[in-house]
Amino acid sequence: MEAPAIVTHDLVRRFDDLTAVDHVSLKIQKGELFGLLGPNGAGKTTIVKILTTLIKPTAGSATVWGYDILKDQDMIRAHIGVVFQDPSVDNKLTGRENLDFHARMYGLDRATRERRVEEVLKLVELSDKADILLGKYSGGMQRRLEIARGLMHHPNVLFLDEPTLGLDAQTRRHIWSYIKEMNESEHVTIILTTHYMEEADFLCDRVAIIDHGRIIVCDHPGVLKSMVRSEELPDPSLEDVFLHFTGREIRDEEGNEGQHARKIMRHWRMKRR
Amino acid sequence: MNLINPQAIYTLWLREMLRFLRMKSRVIGALGMPFFFLAFLSVGFRNTSFSTTSIDYTSFLTPGIIGMTLLFSSTFTGISVLWDKEFGFLKEIMVTPVSRISILLGRIAGGATTAIMEALIILFAAVVIGFNLRGIYGDSSVKGMVSGVILAFILMVLIATTFISLGVSFASLMEDMEGYSLVMNFVIFPLFFLSGALFPIDNLPSSVRFLAFLDPLTYGVDGLRGCLIGESELSIFIDLLALIVSSLIMLAFGSYLFKHTEVD
Ligand SMILES: Nc1ncnc2c1ncn2[C@@H]1O[C@H](COP(=O)(O)OP(=O)(O)OP(=O)(O)O)[C@@H](O)[C@H]1O
Ligand SMILES: [Mg+2]
Repeated sequence: MEAPAIVTHDLVRRFDDLTAVDHVSLKIQKGELFGLLGPNGAGKTTIVKILTTLIKPTAGSATVWGYDILKDQDMIRAHIGVVFQDPSVDNKLTGRENLDFHARMYGLDRATRERRVEEVLKLVELSDKADILLGKYSGGMQRRLEIARGLMHHPNVLFLDEPTLGLDAQTRRHIWSYIKEMNESEHVTIILTTHYMEEADFLCDRVAIIDHGRIIVCDHPGVLKSMVRSEELPDPSLEDVFLHFTGREIRDEEGNEGQHARKIMRHWRMKRR
Repeated sequence: MNLINPQAIYTLWLREMLRFLRMKSRVIGALGMPFFFLAFLSVGFRNTSFSTTSIDYTSFLTPGIIGMTLLFSSTFTGISVLWDKEFGFLKEIMVTPVSRISILLGRIAGGATTAIMEALIILFAAVVIGFNLRGIYGDSSVKGMVSGVILAFILMVLIATTFISLGVSFASLMEDMEGYSLVMNFVIFPLFFLSGALFPIDNLPSSVRFLAFLDPLTYGVDGLRGCLIGESELSIFIDLLALIVSSLIMLAFGSYLFKHTEVD
């Protein structure tokens, strides 16, 4: 059998006395589209940062594409692509310049660079905004550019930390289909974090549900759902799975925002009366 | 992975140049302090003379202010790694397969270019104000001028390398820009005052004079004086040697700390 793309063994990361990642052991196969699903503060980003060599674990070990995260960092970096949760662009450069910077740092030659820049710009529908400074992009446009950038150099393993956070529904679907296509036709191994249930359900071959730094369960979304299926709950969602295993509901941003808006409306009506 | 990656160094340099061109106010702002130091001090102290040297104060001061420009501009570029951290761009740089030493060299290439451009603008302004550029032999001969300026350029590169590396070292040890004024006031200003940029280090009390000899900028300013007006305390080659040593030490130090910094 082929060696796995990622193996982690009892990975731990503490910040002072907070344990952000708590004995996480995972095995992700090459070509898999793997999801880390969990609420805010679960430790998803911290895991991604450890696996992408940006921070070191407090304890435990891991390999990415066969290379040790503590010993062969440069080899890992050559094989991965990352789309960070937080902005990571240069606001004083244009969209095209940001992409060009990236391509040059990865050693792409001029012809490839120019072709790829155009390709990915088209993909995220930013061709007409390519020559505007990033500082003038909207949040969603910036996000799309970062996704485009992560794909440019054809990594073997792609980390997507909440890739569709803050995107409108249409763009989100568009990005989803592209993620799926990359995984299927180019066999890119993808590790995706999200707290959108439907995103994990729709995209992922396997999902690890993570809470307080610990992996609660890890399996195919269908299998997870069948674990909680019952007479009262004939058609469970991943939401129900999360509730079942943690006893809590995952905080859904959209839900919260909706509630918040309703509260404000009510407040307003009260005042006018 | 090759340790020295010319394409990546060039890319980082290119980015710095684009930013430089787009932030003109920062450039002009950076020139303000050295320019006013030069203009007001050379007027205010024009009758000053020192027991150890016979040159006029403007001639004495100008190489010192050039050293000051390099010191402040370089440390600032070094520490501005923290801005990249704050805006998240450092993450993008740090996950690329480019070696840490190449990333540091890229920053030095960009920072040294801007610092030296600023230093040359100050030199030009000084000449306009009345600084008498006399070259390495102090006789205003063409040969002395040309070799003086070339050697001065090499000194400038070494000064910039030393202090950009120092800035990056500080940036690697700091979480955010909060500690910036601490570094400025307790490290950079003392380095400046100890260097002999404003007055001969012989005037320092003997209890702190030895510190001046540990300050790389002392050799920088002395070497620049030798190149531009033909008068220096030490031999220019000793200054050159001292700066080569300081830039190598600081490079090693900076890349060690930079390599072990966490980005989040
Ligand atoms: N640099 C840091 N210093 C201290 N605590 C940190 C640091 N980074 C993360 N943490 C803490 O670690 C925990 C996990 O954070 P992490 O960012 O990994 O969560 P997450 O699952 O990505 O959440 P979100 O959905 O909000 O992105 C949180 O409690 C957070 O406060
Ligand atoms: Mg996160």
